[in-house]
Amino acid sequence: MSAAVSTPYTVPVALMDVLQVTVLVLVAVGATAVVLIRAHVRQVLALSVYGVLLAVLFLVFQAPDVTLSELTVGSVALPLVLLLTLAKIRKREE
Amino acid sequence: MNPGLRRWVFLAGAAGLVAFYLWGLTGLPGFGDYPGPYGFIINRIAVAQTRATGVVSAVNFDYRGIDTLGEEFILLAAAAGVSVVLRRLRGERERSAVDEAADRDVPSTSSAVRMLALLFAGPVVVVGWWLASHAQTSPSGGFQGGVILATAFILVYLSGEFLVFERFSPVALTEVVEAAGAAGFAAIGVSAVARGLPYLYNFLPLGSTPGAVSSSGTIVLISFFVGLEVAAAFILIVGELLEQTLLIRQRGG
Repeated sequence: MSAAVSTPYTVPVALMDVLQVTVLVLVAVGATAVVLIRAHVRQVLALSVYGVLLAVLFLVFQAPDVTLSELTVGSVALPLVLLLTLAKIRKREE
Repeated sequence: MNPGLRRWVFLAGAAGLVAFYLWGLTGLPGFGDYPGPYGFIINRIAVAQTRATGVVSAVNFDYRGIDTLGEEFILLAAAAGVSVVLRRLRGERERSAVDEAADRDVPSTSSAVRMLALLFAGPVVVVGWWLASHAQTSPSGGFQGGVILATAFILVYLSGEFLVFERFSPVALTEVVEAAGAAGFAAIGVSAVARGLPYLYNFLPLGSTPGAVSSSGTIVLISFFVGLEVAAAFILIVGELLEQTLLIRQRGG
């Protein structure tokens, strides 16, 4: 680990630990929810929320650049692609 | 194989997996422990060497630029693949781009959604460009900026309909932008070679102030081209999917 640098944005280590553990638990819960939800559209929406959780995880673990990608790819682009595919399949079945 | 025997085979396999997994976990380095030298070296020299304070971008677009070039061409190939797979096939017809369903009235987009989408489209474009053009100063870069830029066009679709989306991002133009983005990145690399330097060598003036927008030489330029490529690729993919879902039907269907 690099030497601790104090900035106006420095958060106490204990607080950071609590934050990291909380977000890790939330991500685990979110991932489980995505697997357990069976209705397709709801599953996609859960996946979108899970994308936001992952983005927060990356932010809390000091990877803000990955956060920015995950925020759009995980919570917007991927769910959108899945929703469009579901709509297409549903139309074909009619 | 009867169910009882099958269960025993599964249990034996699962026990082996759990054992190896736990064994592997005991050998992991501690949380946050970083053994390799490269990170420390980069941390020490990157800002002085590239004048970019966005060190992640310095790594992505300079130290391992060839890697990023490969990633960019993966996206280019993916977008091209989606275009090919989702083209209109023989036996399919394209219907008019008006929302309709055979058996029911399609609920029109609520004015709240239209309003919000309109409201956010402009700011999202600004944020996207800002990110794509500030790779050298802060954690951002062409990829992040590009995908966010592309969501602005998704908002255009949400606030209007597919026809408006098509008018804002004509396929021919989007394809040209995508190609220009990918070619621009590769061309920067080639122009370094033309000067007798290694491929993708940062040959432009670096500027004197670390973290200035105009600093960091080719990093800012590459980020710009990556932004173009990524935004156009995402718009193309979403556009193809929208067209496939909204317009293309089995003939006679």
